Amino acid sequence: MNDKNKIITGLIIFVIFITFPFWYNMGKAAPVPEPKLTEKAKLEKECIEPKEFMKAEHMQILDVWRESVVRNASRTYVSKTGKKFNMSLASGDDSCIGCHSSKADFCDKCHNYASVRPYCWTCHIEPPKEKK
Amino acid sequence: MENSRRSFLKIAGISALGFGTKPVLNAFASGGNSEKHEAEIQKNPAALKAKRWAMVIDTRKYKSEEDLKPIIEACDKIHNIPKHTNKRHEIMWIWIDEFKYVFTNQEHEFVDDRVKHLPFLVLCNHCEKPACVRACPTKATFKRDDGIVLMDFHRCIGCRFCMAACPYGSRSFNFRDPRPFIKEENKEFPTRMKGVVEKCNFCAERLAVGKMPACVEASNGAMVAGDLYDPESEIRKLLKNNYTIRRKPELGAGPAIYYIV
Repeated sequence: MNDKNKIITGLIIFVIFITFPFWYNMGKAAPVPEPKLTEKAKLEKECIEPKEFMKAEHMQILDVWRESVVRNASRTYVSKTGKKFNMSLASGDDSCIGCHSSKADFCDKCHNYASVRPYCWTCHIEPPKEKK
Repeated sequence: MENSRRSFLKIAGISALGFGTKPVLNAFASGGNSEKHEAEIQKNPAALKAKRWAMVIDTRKYKSEEDLKPIIEACDKIHNIPKHTNKRHEIMWIWIDEFKYVFTNQEHEFVDDRVKHLPFLVLCNHCEKPACVRACPTKATFKRDDGIVLMDFHRCIGCRFCMAACPYGSRSFNFRDPRPFIKEENKEFPTRMKGVVEKCNFCAERLAVGKMPACVEASNGAMVAGDLYDPESEIRKLLKNNYTIRRKPELGAGPAIYYIV
């Protein structure tokens, strides 16, 4: 075991190198983004279901809706509170983007953070960007 | 181990009691939930319904391509159909063709002049036994209970088996991204993306809100849609009083678009 020193230095350098991204980025984690609601969405107070439910389940809801609208032509969603909604992502004022009319401020905020890239908008027509 | 009649009866009694408690417990368990309303999905009561959708096209009611243009434009506009400059990329839901190509089995040398030069409107035939549905490996294309053959664009992988299977050439493939070729986007209807097949959907999105298909509305009565299985419907009356032909009926697909010639 004449190379003890070399091996240990090598190991230390290796470990430092491998863990470099972790300690280099320590404490610099991007804060969890908060999607910005439009005035219209704020006025409504609640989406089709409570906020926490929407946060966790919106993708399942959209999936169920898509199946139901395309295959069964059933297009009215009655929420747990008994309110009726037009089941549509992007058509008209009572669709999802009727309220959440800014994709950049709403969808993209979290999706970019979580590195999720759904391809809704390759076909569905994105709301026009607001002119400032 | 010794089993006496007495111990057997004991166990049997306790078991019977155990089974008996289950319905009671169920009743208690469901009691709490009953007041909470579950979310549900409903149909629009105004939606147009039929047992079997079909269409009759009265070719006596138009004379030239000019008469048919507004019909095609109505469809193109509503469904965001791109206008490609390259013919090979063309997307068509409803279009015009000649008698000899539309009714290949009925064309002959001495077809009368009117029919020979008359433009015929062609679209998806919404077959009774659609070959495209059988060919589709992802079930993106399917036949609804009311006879409309539809596409779920979300599921289409662009293999084009359906295009090979369709005997009417009713399907088009998006070789390019259609977006730049759409002049005016209809915000109420999605576009398609590159690599997806598309075709006429009998305006399923319009039927669902109680409107007749766009082509029917724009045709001034030259096209009529309705329920084939309802003897009182308008199309049944038309079929009863006029001789109608269909495209390639010998193939057995059962097309649902009828032509009065």
